[in-house]
Amino acid sequence: MTPATIPLSVQDLTVAWHRKPVIWDVQFDVAPGQLVGIIGPNGAGKSTLLKAIMDLVPRTSGRVEIFGGPWKQNRQRVGYVPQRESVDWDFPVSVLDVVTMGLYGRLGWFRPVRKQHREAAQRALERVGMGALAGRQISQLSGGQQQRTFLARALVQDADLYLMDEPFAAVDAATEQAIVEILREMRAAGKTAVVIHHDLHTVADYFDSVVLLNMRVVAQGATSDVFTRENLERTYGGRLTLLEEATEAMRRRERSL
Amino acid sequence: MTAEPPRPLWCLRGLLVMAGLVSLTLSAGSIAQGAGPTEVASPVESSPQPLMARLLRVIILQDHNTRVVLLGTMMLGMAAGIVGCFTLLRRRALTGDALSHATLPGVGLAFLLAPVFGLEQKSLPVLLMGAAISGTAGVAAILFIRNLPRLKEDAALGIVLSVFFGAGIALLSLVQQLPAGHSAGLESFIYGKTASMTAGDAWLIGIAGVVAAGIPLLLFRPFQLLCFDEGFAASRGYPILGLDFLLMSVVVLVTIIGLQAVGLVLMIALLVIPAASARFWTNRLDRMLALAAISGSLAGLSGSAISAIFPDLPSGAVIVLVCSAIFFFSMTFGQARGVLTRILRRRSLRLAMDREHLLRGIFELSELSAESTMMPDRNPAASIPALLDLRTWTPSQLQRQIRKSVAEGLVWQNADGAIELTGKGRSEAARLVHRHRLWELYLISHADVAASRVDQEADAIEHVLEPELIEQLEELLKREHRGREIPASPHPLESAQRLPLTTSTEHSAVERPATDSAASRGGEES
Amino acid sequence: MNLLAQWDWYYDGMIMLAGVLCAVAASLPGNFLVLRRISLLGDAVSHAVLPGIAAAFLITHSRSGFAVLPGAVLAGLLTAVLTEWIRDTGKVDEGASMGVAFTTLFALGLVLIVQAADTVDLDPGCVLYGILEATPLETVTVGALEIPRVVLMLGGVVLINAVFIILFFKELLISSFDPGLATTEGFHARILHYLLMVLVAVTAVASFEAAGNILVVAMFIVPPATAMLLTTRLSRMILLSAAIAALSAVLGHVSALTVPALFGFRSTSTAGMMTLCAGLLFFVTALFSPQTGAIVTWARRQRLAWRILSEDLIALLFRLEERTPGQTVLPGTLSRGLLTSLMLTRIAIARQKLRGYVRTSDQGIQLTEAGRQAAAALVRSHRLWENYLVTEGIHVDGIHRQAETLEHFTDRALRDRLQTQGTLADIDPHGSPIPEETIGPSK
Repeated sequence: MTPATIPLSVQDLTVAWHRKPVIWDVQFDVAPGQLVGIIGPNGAGKSTLLKAIMDLVPRTSGRVEIFGGPWKQNRQRVGYVPQRESVDWDFPVSVLDVVTMGLYGRLGWFRPVRKQHREAAQRALERVGMGALAGRQISQLSGGQQQRTFLARALVQDADLYLMDEPFAAVDAATEQAIVEILREMRAAGKTAVVIHHDLHTVADYFDSVVLLNMRVVAQGATSDVFTRENLERTYGGRLTLLEEATEAMRRRERSL
Repeated sequence: MTAEPPRPLWCLRGLLVMAGLVSLTLSAGSIAQGAGPTEVASPVESSPQPLMARLLRVIILQDHNTRVVLLGTMMLGMAAGIVGCFTLLRRRALTGDALSHATLPGVGLAFLLAPVFGLEQKSLPVLLMGAAISGTAGVAAILFIRNLPRLKEDAALGIVLSVFFGAGIALLSLVQQLPAGHSAGLESFIYGKTASMTAGDAWLIGIAGVVAAGIPLLLFRPFQLLCFDEGFAASRGYPILGLDFLLMSVVVLVTIIGLQAVGLVLMIALLVIPAASARFWTNRLDRMLALAAISGSLAGLSGSAISAIFPDLPSGAVIVLVCSAIFFFSMTFGQARGVLTRILRRRSLRLAMDREHLLRGIFELSELSAESTMMPDRNPAASIPALLDLRTWTPSQLQRQIRKSVAEGLVWQNADGAIELTGKGRSEAARLVHRHRLWELYLISHADVAASRVDQEADAIEHVLEPELIEQLEELLKREHRGREIPASPHPLESAQRLPLTTSTEHSAVERPATDSAASRGGEES
Repeated sequence: MNLLAQWDWYYDGMIMLAGVLCAVAASLPGNFLVLRRISLLGDAVSHAVLPGIAAAFLITHSRSGFAVLPGAVLAGLLTAVLTEWIRDTGKVDEGASMGVAFTTLFALGLVLIVQAADTVDLDPGCVLYGILEATPLETVTVGALEIPRVVLMLGGVVLINAVFIILFFKELLISSFDPGLATTEGFHARILHYLLMVLVAVTAVASFEAAGNILVVAMFIVPPATAMLLTTRLSRMILLSAAIAALSAVLGHVSALTVPALFGFRSTSTAGMMTLCAGLLFFVTALFSPQTGAIVTWARRQRLAWRILSEDLIALLFRLEERTPGQTVLPGTLSRGLLTSLMLTRIAIARQKLRGYVRTSDQGIQLTEAGRQAAAALVRSHRLWENYLVTEGIHVDGIHRQAETLEHFTDRALRDRLQTQGTLADIDPHGSPIPEETIGPSK
């Protein structure tokens, strides 16, 4: 495999705020055409890892290669789906406007948004089952619909590598299913997605391979090999019980109804 | 949490009471001297004297008036510093800006309406009463706008600030048309003019300052909780809205007494800057309050002293500039969060990490080869290419680090060209490896709490973790790696066998502490 | 009394025009300040241009607007840079770092002005509230027209701001909404932030002479905030904010002439009154805006509360009837059952009587046939929900309260779906029978 075909390669990555390391000597490769889950407890540095990959936070040391080059060079090939809370949902824009933003990078400076772009955005919205809500102001969306909007925005970016920060957090079951289907379609089209995920229940179901992260990589590899109870304990600490996790997941799903 | 407030707080309260008493006696004395509020003309203004003479007069506090001014601004700086700490930590630093502007229409209205109620137009208490009323209206307006949909705190502050100020300007423009209005000096409320401060004013400032600073000090706990964790405070039954209103009212009070000294535009500086400066020196609220009070009063004192020596310089502006000087000094040298401290810390972290990477790299590489070749008695050594392979350092980075470590007498380049640890290097490397592995083990065995406590810079793990915990970890290490001099890493070397980690059976068996194992077994597979 | 006795079309027209131009110029970039939640940076920047102006005076010995422009814009930009630097380097809260930056610069400006006082006469008060009234005094001739210099300059600023926003609309939008995404798509959020700050500084400097700091600061924030309450589209918000700004400028000048006259004063500060008018427009909008107005939402909530109380009333009557058919109930019993005061209960009874759902007699209150049907639908909704919630695995103890809320928002179609997806039983989990559907076929 040549470096240029490896979507994401992280070497020796360390990020520290003040004196506290957030992630520590993180090292892993992602193979193309895979759905990769990043699993770890709160405060394990999952979001920081994604942000450090995209130079959104300063790295203390280490190297990140995206398709064999630095992120700046291959920026167009990366789609980022941030956490829902990262934006102001009172902002005066419509759903379609938000999705169209995914095309801005390709448009470049000064060029206005044209009809064809809006149509592409509309098509992406239909793929995530939100075609009818295109004109709606974003504050009127439910949590699941907000997440679908972000997903549609990632879809129009037509990237080869997607970095998603907790797309499944507090969404309804239908949205979760829709997102999973889209992810599988992406995989079928040869794209790679690196997804931060919380619900240990569904990991084996959704992902081809996982990175277990707790400040450092505890284990990485095919889900069937790596996603073991023993490794989970090493990631989540001795106190983890799957039962606890499962009840927590259930509670979350109930709340999102 | 301890039941009684920490000691610096008590000291602060005592200091406050004393300052209040001193200001009371001083001003009472000055009134007894017959220096009536309106009669005292500022000598520094009226009589131009040589610089040295003026300097002397200020330093020995010869003038009654200078004494009054210095005392007043000092009290103001102290009160503003204390109140500012709470607004700063509440992330409402600029509330004071909006509220100080909101007082202006009250001043104008009080001036216009005073004759209607048969009051003296120019009397300061009347004007300040007006300021208090419109300031409170400003607080209410901020709370109202903040609760509107879509608009955020900043818009609420901006709207109140600009609209109230506009209204104030419109009213002042009317005041100017009154026969008495021209000489009223209401303009000084905008820019401040300490020199015109009278003993009565200082008296007023003293009392109001003690009240303003006293309220948050008396309600230290609730206010601390409000700033630190609003949600928790609410869950404990504290009235959040009421506390917020109280805090803003205190801000209004401080602002009002500051109007005369520094003016409403620059009042915000006294509320923000001393508190922000204090933040650089400490991470504890009680100490921060003390420091802010000190730096606020220092700025007030020296600012008005400078302006008394150089009558050309507007006092308000000078006070603020002194504040800023303290701020930038604190920002640079602050002991807790100052820039220099952080840079030095980061630098030492990086240096220590580079050094550790080299020593640990050599040690661990040779550890691997020692296992295969069975030559444990040789000093650990590693070739440069192997070291280069280990991490993402460039050859020049590696060379630089090697040179440094050679100079420290930790490594030397042996006949094969490999980098070999000296005796001293070996024990240092062993210590580092040991520490590193303890940290890693801690991460694994206490993963749920570890993330917040891992501290790479701490030279010894003992400084961060409790002795019992370390003992437990040591025990764990020993059990895993019986018979070896140095405990092995709980995870294999990353470069040597990069991925996947789980296939290496040798290292994956991490034993749980006995107490946890039952629980985790119980929850197995669902 | 003729309040507008001193009105002069050219003179006052030009003052108004200057005010309108200043207001519009400020409101355009102001939209993005409000959306980025940095409204107060407008205030900070426009205070901090003072040292720039003073320094320019000291160096050039000229008061001409064009001479001071570069220095002042630089000082304004310095505020933004300094704020960001203090925030990032010192890890200080954004508001606090802004407070440090602009007060320091403003204080510096005051000191400089004192130094400059020997060479140039500059009144710091002028910077704060301007002399819009002096607009027509200084004119330049353009073609056949004699136009006040201030109007020309402010017109230019409006043009610059409008062109900038049209050109960079997309970039401003994305970097305001999601700075992270903007950066990953190659639009550096920071560059746009500084471009916006240049715009803010230019606007502040161009206006300071004519309108003063206070008008600009208000127009940066108040009209966009008002527009934000009225619309949910950015382009509409920008246009609306410009219109509101212009309106408050016109109203402000007229009221500056007329309102003080009512109290026996001469006219007052035009800039101050323009600001006040903008504030009043905001206040009116905040109270009465159709979607977000405080009074409108309050009224809507009241109506809903009344509807729920009235519905609870007939549902309670229905349940009592189930126990003892044909009985009449006294208002006091009802108010106890509804856990509300007797007065509110009486009003609810009056409402339902008006709709023909209950009739009152000396013995008490009774459902009419129409009322019985409506009540049956409600009780049916309630019990169907309870069944449904139990099948969803929620404990019986918790279902009543949820059903109590949900019943008011359930129509025939939803009831039909609840029935097919629920247990299909004809009694609810508490053992009460579920009434038959009495309302006609679903809409």
